[in-house]
Amino acid sequence: LNRNCLDASRPWLCFWILHSLELLQEPIPAAVASDVCQFLARCQSPTGGFAGGPGQHAHLAPTYAAVNALCIIGTDEAYNVIDREKLLDFLWSVKQPDGSFVMHVGGEVDVRSAYCAASVASLTNILTPKLFENTTNWILSCQNWEGGLSGVPGLEAHGGYTFCGTAALVILGKEHMLDLKALLRWVVSRQMRFEGGFQGRCNKLVDGCYSFWQAGLLPLLHRALYKEGESELSQQRWMFEQQALQEYILLCCQNPTGGLLDKPGKSRDFYHTCYCLSGLSIAQHFGNMDNHYEVILGKEENRLAPTHPVYNICPEKVAQALQHFLRMPVPEIHFRSNKRGRSVK
Amino acid sequence: MSGIEETVESVQVNEGKEFDVEVEEHIEDEFAVDPTRYIFYRDRKEWADLEPVPQDDGPNPVVKIAYSEKFSDVYDYFRALLKNDEKTERAFALTADAIDLNAANYTVWHYRRVLLQALSKDLKEEMKYITNIIEEQPKNYQVWHHRRMVVEWLNDPSEELRFIADILSQDAKNYHAWQHRQWVIQEYKLWDNELEFVENLLEEDVRNNSAWNQRHFVISHTTGFSDPAVVEREIQYCLNQIRKAPHNESAWNYLKGMLQDRGLSSQPGLLERVLELKETHCSPYLLAFLFDCYEDALENITQKEKVEEEEQKETLRKALEICRLLAQEKDTIRKEYWEFLGRSLRNKYGNGSLTEQPVFQLCVITASVHR
Repeated sequence: LNRNCLDASRPWLCFWILHSLELLQEPIPAAVASDVCQFLARCQSPTGGFAGGPGQHAHLAPTYAAVNALCIIGTDEAYNVIDREKLLDFLWSVKQPDGSFVMHVGGEVDVRSAYCAASVASLTNILTPKLFENTTNWILSCQNWEGGLSGVPGLEAHGGYTFCGTAALVILGKEHMLDLKALLRWVVSRQMRFEGGFQGRCNKLVDGCYSFWQAGLLPLLHRALYKEGESELSQQRWMFEQQALQEYILLCCQNPTGGLLDKPGKSRDFYHTCYCLSGLSIAQHFGNMDNHYEVILGKEENRLAPTHPVYNICPEKVAQALQHFLRMPVPEIHFRSNKRGRSVK
Repeated sequence: MSGIEETVESVQVNEGKEFDVEVEEHIEDEFAVDPTRYIFYRDRKEWADLEPVPQDDGPNPVVKIAYSEKFSDVYDYFRALLKNDEKTERAFALTADAIDLNAANYTVWHYRRVLLQALSKDLKEEMKYITNIIEEQPKNYQVWHHRRMVVEWLNDPSEELRFIADILSQDAKNYHAWQHRQWVIQEYKLWDNELEFVENLLEEDVRNNSAWNQRHFVISHTTGFSDPAVVEREIQYCLNQIRKAPHNESAWNYLKGMLQDRGLSSQPGLLERVLELKETHCSPYLLAFLFDCYEDALENITQKEKVEEEEQKETLRKALEICRLLAQEKDTIRKEYWEFLGRSLRNKYGNGSLTEQPVFQLCVITASVHR
């Protein structure tokens, strides 16, 4: 199986695999954890941020994946890999005047970048309002006539981008500025009445990975509506058919030799394994620590660990990382570099 | 595009092109060595001055990829070029090999762009190159971004609409293609024929949501949706498509999406036209649309001064009945959602929130308590 195409995505492989193991409540041996830390350290760019592999340029997607992977490991060795000052420099180097971020210097803009930036900045405590100036408005401009969000303003609403935009706004505390009702209607309409899984866009096919990108929006919206004073929210269920999604994942998305996939007939891969399991976890667990309801389809052993709907790592790991990095001061920026990255019109 | 994973997992279509290194057995032949035979960079005389740089995965690598010999060789030399910041023709040629092996390597693409400028390369040739690559790998972020950069440098969008149309003819919903198309149209003001293009696509597949989105894109950036003639034309268009394919969610979403800012009840006669369709062309989407009309009506009724209480109660009753119908029969996969909407509506407009509470009823209750 030719995996050359992932040679610029190796931190993603670390994240997909580590997150899958943590959902399966499979411990990571200390030696493996340490090896991952050292490898990701080699993926870190001297100018900040993480690249797809050693010697490559920094890019927001592997940066997101690397930081998440290190937070899953959660040891001091892992946290210490991250050069926070340089990371902040990197984020500034990809920030655009209109509030958006390019994915890498000289690269493309879309809403994924805002999520990647907000995720790593918040977890490592380097977030400042100035860094995300105009970002809220840019993300909001991605909500379209369908109610969902597109990759850039004007395009079709799409599950992956909708998740990124919404989760980024949650991190920035601005999710209430979305048309939440329209977004809710759009996302619940993405669950397929026959398959039980989710499609990425209206009138397209089901895909196991949307079990997370789409279904993961329901916990975010539940909380957002609750904060807006919505009194009629269920106290036991998310607003999607949890059992049907579990059925789709367990009955249609498993490879008999292990691993998960898009839909029957497709081959397994670590990306789908990660996101099918993440979606399964969302479908199994309602609520938070204080109020927790479970719906487990099948055997008790099918229960996965809960996952945090914003970061998609386990909630304990989020809390632990926040606790670790909040003890440190927010770094000063070394230089203002809006002109450094090639701006995309 | 099948989602965010395309950042990281573009389908590798080049497997068949992996050359086996053939031991050259006929070196004594009079005939020239086959010029198409692949030679590793490490064996090329013209590259002898450059020391290849192996990948630094460290002593205990994880997520190791089993690179082919060809892959390692090319990228060892790419790393060497990068290290020396070499800006030469041979470097430019190597980037094509590196891209061929992994078109998702954004570092290589960036370097290629640096070289294109440093060497003042023929950008028209580059357009041909990127055209071919995109045809082979249309679901890759880097190739489309590269094309955009070349088009910008050339300031020449003349091939774009045709090219994108060709890609869309192979996959009418390719997200990158639509993104590039919208950029070209907006940047170079190429609106004139786009509505026609959209209508042709919808003729081929009325369920193509990307085409419906493009329709919205074109109209909102040209005539806009404020002109009543435009709105009426679009409503007509939607209802016609719905008659042809009643269970097409895109058409219903478009109808609602177009009108929601102004309010669904702002369009006189629309509710009646939809109710007509209910008998013969019913669908969960039609019912949801009716619900939205009733909800919008309730929203506006409560803001008017003279209110027929009976009318409001009747609208509420109809809205709640649709919620029940959808939750229990017609759209059960969304049961949790429709029940939530019903509860919300009842809470907002139900008995407890009517503005006038008959006074005598309170007295009766008070009286009975004191008995």
